[in-house]
Amino acid sequence: MDFSLSKKHEMARTLFKEFAETEVKPFAQETDETEHFPTEIVKKMQKYGFMGIPVEKEYGGQGCDPLTYTMCVEELSKVCGTTGVIVSAHTSLCADPIQTYGTPEQKEKFLVPLANGTKLGAFGLTEPGAGTDAQGVQTKAVLDGDEWVLNGSKCFITNGKEADIYIVIAYTDIIEDKRGRKQKKFSAFIVEKGTPGFTFGTKEKKMGIRGSATYELIFQDCRIPAANLLGQRGKGFPIAMHTLDGGRIGIAAQALGLAEGALERTIEYTKERKQFGRSIAQQQNTQFQLADMATKVEAAKLLVYKAAMKKAQYMQDHRTSYSVEAAMAKLMAAEVAMEVTTKAVQLFGGYGYIREYDVERMMRDAKITEIYEGTSEVQRMVIAANILK
Amino acid sequence: MKIVVCIKQVPDTKGGVKFNPDGTLDRGAMLTIMNPDDKAGLEAALRLKDQYGAEVTVLTMGLPKAEEVLREAMAMGADKGILVTDRVLGGADTWATSTTIAGALRNIDYDLIITGRQAIDGDTAQVGPQISEHLDIPVISYAQDIKIDGEYVIVQRQYEDRYHELKAKMPCLVTALSELNEARYMTPGGIFDAYDKEITVWGRADLKDVDDANLGLKGSPTKIAKASDKVRKGAGEKVTLDPEEAVKYLIGKFEEKHVI
Repeated sequence: MDFSLSKKHEMARTLFKEFAETEVKPFAQETDETEHFPTEIVKKMQKYGFMGIPVEKEYGGQGCDPLTYTMCVEELSKVCGTTGVIVSAHTSLCADPIQTYGTPEQKEKFLVPLANGTKLGAFGLTEPGAGTDAQGVQTKAVLDGDEWVLNGSKCFITNGKEADIYIVIAYTDIIEDKRGRKQKKFSAFIVEKGTPGFTFGTKEKKMGIRGSATYELIFQDCRIPAANLLGQRGKGFPIAMHTLDGGRIGIAAQALGLAEGALERTIEYTKERKQFGRSIAQQQNTQFQLADMATKVEAAKLLVYKAAMKKAQYMQDHRTSYSVEAAMAKLMAAEVAMEVTTKAVQLFGGYGYIREYDVERMMRDAKITEIYEGTSEVQRMVIAANILK
Repeated sequence: MKIVVCIKQVPDTKGGVKFNPDGTLDRGAMLTIMNPDDKAGLEAALRLKDQYGAEVTVLTMGLPKAEEVLREAMAMGADKGILVTDRVLGGADTWATSTTIAGALRNIDYDLIITGRQAIDGDTAQVGPQISEHLDIPVISYAQDIKIDGEYVIVQRQYEDRYHELKAKMPCLVTALSELNEARYMTPGGIFDAYDKEITVWGRADLKDVDDANLGLKGSPTKIAKASDKVRKGAGEKVTLDPEEAVKYLIGKFEEKHVI
């Protein structure tokens, strides 16, 4: 078992780190403060291939593995949680399901522009009455000739309005099980911005990741070509779950990056900050806190990287399940992010509460990682179901 | 068009400097980067490739670990990498270095050779022009802009308060300033490709038309008496005087230090 990164992964990390420090970090505070979607940064990421890292080269991607993509989200999130989630939602939740389930025509039409970054992607499953409980989904799609007609709405959609291509989950059939209970069967669809009947509701005002655009999607007799059905009719739920498995690795990487970023800043700060005639890093309480933070970050990192490696295996054999690893990675990394950023604020003292200092933003950004793409409770359900089966 | 860019792996000044007992740099023990002027030279070559179409080869001389800087250049878009490495070439000064690189360049076809103006470790700015002397081709140093016009290269050579526009027939050599451009980043896919490609490795035996007497530490006329890390300067002295007295004071100081 080898825990060291290969030379190419080391070089990729150097690239992401340099890019994040130079191109993203200087704007992180402003992005949070103004709640502006960082279009210029996304354009630069597009130029350097960051929007299609794990996508095959024949579809305009970089042809790298999930670990490289994970490190990209991690390094971006070390300096800006908003930028991290833009890449994560785009790649894991939109490009990945098209790469996995799309027809060659769909890949040509939608995956290529997503992978080369000329178009941005998003994913819509959550509804006001359906988050963790997918059966509550009300958005409906009806086949009319060679078109699907969508009606309903989706909420809390990351990259909403900014994205050009959306994966939308809607129910297409209702079946009765053996006991006569009605059950919705879902399907996944590819919907383009600008399609008549597809509009956006209000932009959400959030606690953290404030530069990321979170919108409601509204479908009113929105007609899309029958060819935009992703995967088979009625298989939308497994597609959504599989997509979220991948998405969780992205969010775990975002959480890991936030925790690492907060830890780095806290180490620097505690070395400089003097109290009672010596730096607070020389006080044993600080040392013990930092030691705990660093240990937890390392544990989270190993789980996140392991999940990414498992996903790489899946991409090779299309059999390996990485669902549990992804759930464990996200659960651990999100909780570590919340704990480490909270401790960071505490170690910064009064300054930690001031918005000028990055750790304040990081603590707000960290909270969402325990909630979106499956709450920590959902991750525990996934893990428990697996160990008790 | 075939462009060769000579690049050097240099210590990253952020990581601290370490020396061997003989006063030369302990390159194996330091964090390293691509020399900034060389990176600008590479970017210039890649822009010429984008604009006119060209094959860009990067060449470096150094320890086996200098391979990393070639991979980085290839991840930015260079097509081929050549590493010149051999124990007998170690400890080379500018003369022995330029002799070695010229010996390597004699093996390949080129229209344009680009080097950085100078490396941040030695700061001599000699190797580029010396290579051109060895190869008997024109050199234009301190390039702040490079254009191609048929068989010619048109270069703006930077001066303190102006620039000269010079035209030279290729093959020729140009030394680039880091201000020439802002170098592109690597791409993730470029990194993966760079590690899939072979790097050509040459040793002493592969150098063409060179004499052993001009290679390595033994072939280096420059001898380093002593080297040290950057010495911190004192705070200096601040005086408030009338202009006339200030001039006298300064002249006195210069005389005291034997400056004048």
